[in-house]
Amino acid sequence: MSRRTRTWWIVAGIAIILYALFPIAWIVSLSFKSPADIANGQFLPTVPTWENYALIISGDASELFLPALLNSFGICLIATALSCLLAMFAAYAIARLDFPGKRLILSTALAVAIFPVISIVTPLFNLWRQIGLYDTWPGLIIPYLSLTLPISIWTMSAFFREIPWEMEQAAQVDGATTWQAFRKVIVPLAAPGVFTTAIIAFFLAWNDFIYGISLTSTGAARPVPAALGLFSGASQFEDPTGAIAAAAVVVTIPVIVLVLFFQRRIVAGLTNGAVKG
Amino acid sequence: MTTTVPPSVGAAADTPATPPGLSDRVRAERRLGWMLAGPAFAVMLLVTAYPIVQAVYDSLFSYRLTDPGNSSFVGLENYWVVLTDALWWQSFGVTALITVITVAVELVLGFALALVMLKALKGLRPILRAAILLPYAIITVVSAFAWQFAFDLTSGFVNSWFAWVPGISADTDWFGGFGSSLLVICLAEIWKTTPFISLLLLAGLAQVPDVLQEAAQVDGATWWQRMWKVTIPNMKAAIMVALLFRTLDAFRVFDSVFIMTAGANGTETVSFLAYRQTIARLEIGLGSAVSVLLFLSVVLIAFGFIKGFKVDLSQARGEK
Repeated sequence: MSRRTRTWWIVAGIAIILYALFPIAWIVSLSFKSPADIANGQFLPTVPTWENYALIISGDASELFLPALLNSFGICLIATALSCLLAMFAAYAIARLDFPGKRLILSTALAVAIFPVISIVTPLFNLWRQIGLYDTWPGLIIPYLSLTLPISIWTMSAFFREIPWEMEQAAQVDGATTWQAFRKVIVPLAAPGVFTTAIIAFFLAWNDFIYGISLTSTGAARPVPAALGLFSGASQFEDPTGAIAAAAVVVTIPVIVLVLFFQRRIVAGLTNGAVKG
Repeated sequence: MTTTVPPSVGAAADTPATPPGLSDRVRAERRLGWMLAGPAFAVMLLVTAYPIVQAVYDSLFSYRLTDPGNSSFVGLENYWVVLTDALWWQSFGVTALITVITVAVELVLGFALALVMLKALKGLRPILRAAILLPYAIITVVSAFAWQFAFDLTSGFVNSWFAWVPGISADTDWFGGFGSSLLVICLAEIWKTTPFISLLLLAGLAQVPDVLQEAAQVDGATWWQRMWKVTIPNMKAAIMVALLFRTLDAFRVFDSVFIMTAGANGTETVSFLAYRQTIARLEIGLGSAVSVLLFLSVVLIAFGFIKGFKVDLSQARGEK
């Protein structure tokens, strides 16, 4: 590669980084603007302030934000754990066993993944009210499985297919018990796939908005995106912009941490299941 | 929540009758397969097939939640009401427009991003990968707020930064009209979802053998010719899978519209229409009809892609 083309690729790379980070940098910058500063028409705050963060963590908006944050974490983690558990058994069967219906299960997962969420919400809204699941954690965890389970089955099957399962027998030949072979050989090989799947499933659950605004009515179960979306509606604050920006930054932190630490795995997980030669 | 689906029931109901003459071992493997995969399968059906069947049923009734005593069977009347209403066609048109614009731009932009990532120096690659994953992983609502606040009359910086562009001044109200609202919605969607497309395309690009490229280069093909004649035909499957997923995803657009305009200025999409009928107006019958129509649209798009472009979904499922 000549020096010139090399410089060109580096410039293009930097352009990508700017593209990806610019809107995030903007919302961070906005979150440090004081109410008087918000209309300054500039990208950066005149004087950075923690005011907005104080508002959502200990101030007026904390009664709205903190329960929502707890709901989001609790509901998303439980939905992720459940779908990973179910998908683990299914993916093992799909990768290792021969049985009719394999294709049916994978096709169903694909169909569920492209399903319009709003078509599920309409009947659930009515049913949840009748059976008392409206505005509860289980009332969101169950529909969240429609977001997390298909991608879990799909991603994990792709990962499990690549595990050299013969190693289990090899270990047994070498004198390991069935349990030891599973515990010492298979689990370490399968764990990265399960873990990556969990991250991707968590992103999907964390991102949900439609279920959140439709199936909750109070802080009892309302997750953060839904609380943010309805924040502006409640005229509790003079101007909710700063508080929304600060809350948006707080819920983005877990996402950034996961991406920074596990980017390689996440990319493998996203593309493994989707494109395979 | 798995307790609602006892694994044994799910497995037993789904187990196909084993043809006679199979060895016990094969039979046992089949049974084990369904015992392991059955619960996941049953849960998937429970959380999607059941609601859509219920929605079809509800759509045949005139049913308002505010007036539950007055529910009556009306057959296909709700569909007639929806399909003869300009509101449905307006929101259908807007949804189609957003889908076409965003998917077209994302495909080109995503391809460019994928090319840069492919050629990027080893040291830069992990940084690029992490950067590009951020828009994908960030909450759609957060992205929508970021873009809305940037263009907003009071909190935004876009008007003062781009005041030199003809037509933009300090009091340009981006959310005051149809075209400019739609532009900002599309920008936000494109920013958020291009990374997903570009990662799928990158995986496709990486599978095109270098030998082909080199052979074409030796034969004197230009960069452009190599792209069109060698690279793209060889990664057609990856392009089609990326297109299919993004099109279906774009057609369900809801979050950005809700946050940025709440459907004002004619920017209501089909998902938003269904939401407004059911959750805001409590018109269960009418809302269900819209939901079913949206579901049918998505099925038709998927079907059209698979038949029309011959997208090989066994590839999408990671089967060899």
